[in-house]
Amino acid sequence: MNRIIKIILLDILKNKIVLAYTLILAALSWSSFALEDNSAKGLLTILNVILFTVPLVSILFSTIYLYNSSEFIELLLSQPIKRRKIWTSLFLGLSLSMVLAFGIGAGIPLLVNAPDSVGLMMIAIGCLISVIFVALAFLSSILTRDKAKGIGIAIMTWLFFALLFDGIVLFLLFQLADYPIENAMVGITALSPIDLARIQILMHLDVSAMMGYTGAIFKDFFGTSIGLIVSFLLLCLWVIVPFFISLKKFNQKDL
Amino acid sequence: MKNLVYIFFFLSLICNAKTITVGKTYPVKTIKHALTLAIDGDTIIVTKGVYKEGNIIINKKIAFLGKNYPILDGQNKFEVLSVAADSVLVKGFKIINSGYAALDDPCGIKVYDRNFVRIENNILDNNFFGIYLQNCKNSIVKNNTIRAYGKQEQLIGNGIHCWKSEHLQIIGNRISGHRDGIYFEFVTQSVIWRNISNNNIRYGLHFMFSNDDSYITNVFKGNGAGVAVMFTKNVKMFNNYFEENWGDSAYGLLLKEIADSYIFNNRFARNTSGIYMEGTSRIKVEKNVFEANGWGMKIQASCMENEIVNNNYVGNTFDISTNGSLVLNTFNSNYWDKYEGYDLNKDGIGDVPYHPLSLFAVLTENNPSAMILFRSFMITLLDKSEKVLPSITPDNFIDNKPLMKSLPL
Repeated sequence: MNRIIKIILLDILKNKIVLAYTLILAALSWSSFALEDNSAKGLLTILNVILFTVPLVSILFSTIYLYNSSEFIELLLSQPIKRRKIWTSLFLGLSLSMVLAFGIGAGIPLLVNAPDSVGLMMIAIGCLISVIFVALAFLSSILTRDKAKGIGIAIMTWLFFALLFDGIVLFLLFQLADYPIENAMVGITALSPIDLARIQILMHLDVSAMMGYTGAIFKDFFGTSIGLIVSFLLLCLWVIVPFFISLKKFNQKDL
Repeated sequence: MKNLVYIFFFLSLICNAKTITVGKTYPVKTIKHALTLAIDGDTIIVTKGVYKEGNIIINKKIAFLGKNYPILDGQNKFEVLSVAADSVLVKGFKIINSGYAALDDPCGIKVYDRNFVRIENNILDNNFFGIYLQNCKNSIVKNNTIRAYGKQEQLIGNGIHCWKSEHLQIIGNRISGHRDGIYFEFVTQSVIWRNISNNNIRYGLHFMFSNDDSYITNVFKGNGAGVAVMFTKNVKMFNNYFEENWGDSAYGLLLKEIADSYIFNNRFARNTSGIYMEGTSRIKVEKNVFEANGWGMKIQASCMENEIVNNNYVGNTFDISTNGSLVLNTFNSNYWDKYEGYDLNKDGIGDVPYHPLSLFAVLTENNPSAMILFRSFMITLLDKSEKVLPSITPDNFIDNKPLMKSLPL
């Protein structure tokens, strides 16, 4: 398995896109810390990168990579290697490269400029988000053999979680404003990994505002160590569930 | 010659005054005994020890001094020290364990309808009310340390409670653990200076119907609900610190029905809301710093003709929020760290007016649960378009001369 991961990692590194992604992340992070007079605003810029750019690049790159390496996968399948092993190695290879890119691009400036709980939280969340969207890419690329369709699904998935989901939540919030929905809202956020990630960072970034009434309800859940563990577990579920569905499909797929 | 006669007369008065020392090793063993011996103008010095004498009533014009902080213990039953004479000086005591009663409010030190009383350098520990000035004039409460350990609002009194008084000076006290740190009701022409009021259950400072007062260079930190100034006019608030007042109804400074006041050079840091204004008018808020608050300022639509000029808004989650679309206040020449405009002629003033009210601030005001969407990309997008074309937020809610650089405050 290690050798397949190594091959994939080297292959991805040869592909200049991930390198470019790393550089762009680094440029964005360093400049946002250098340009703003307080580190809080730099953190905000990186927050937007984590919630927006990282998922997009992770899901798109992984989907396209999977489609492009279909011949390589077929070649591997002709060897006496288990399907589970191939698929898992592919996943690990891609995840590792995305996490590396994020870690080097955004992680280092974060560690240098904001070496506190917020910075560390952001690095952890950013890595998790990268892996989650790689897993979602695996799911979307296994759903259809058609490359255009697969990439379409990937983009739709990203669009849904990055934009539409919040729109729906906002709509629901105002439709159901007369009901006590604060607790339900906490549950609903579990349905989007980006929201989970955002709220976890928010708890550290906007402490004062979060001490208000509704903020306090969210803080009572997300701000406690149990809430922290639960939301990290949920984020991990967002990795495991899509990947295992895709793995099951891959095992049964007629290639 | 006439003056000399006067001087001799006063000197003879002073020389007549005697000093009574109270203590285990002295002829006078109890404070109450000393008080019966004393006449106007005398000095009673109480030496170190524990005195459990119930309610001590000072009804003569004396100086009542403690040496090495003698302890006056109320045994959780009595009001410890009652002052019922003018011109009394109480200095250097440790006063502990006053009684608790809802009807007659037993205190550490209570002054009844008197003038020219000074209460200085005392330590008050675990009293129901700390120092209570009732209908007093020209009195001074200075450098006292007042501690209590209240858990519930109903079961503890205020640190320094002033009622229907005038010309008071509350200076250099430290108050913690009471209901309200300093409480003013119907107190006029008084000054509160250099006090530290922290971790009280309700307000650090509570003002009601108290006109023409100033509070200057105080620290109000970590109080249950911050500081409240209500139903008052002509209050001056200079150089104070309002910090870490956290909670839904906790405000750095709560202003309710205030008029003609001046808020200058204060620092509001890490509060849920820096200033909350309701029904205030003709207030000038100038050269203050709002830093890392949840809401820098909440101005309800019932406020009018307030001027907010030359303040720094730095790192607040929301700079401003309001509950209506009516804008009768002016914002000018403030520094907003969220300002994104430009300055072509380099005069330090942004060329584009700034809308300090964000769409999301209005949304959360109407629907607090929306807070969960904060910093979502979707919301940022909506906010941006709202800034360009205001539709939900009032379009005249603007700072016409936003500063490009923060003021050195």
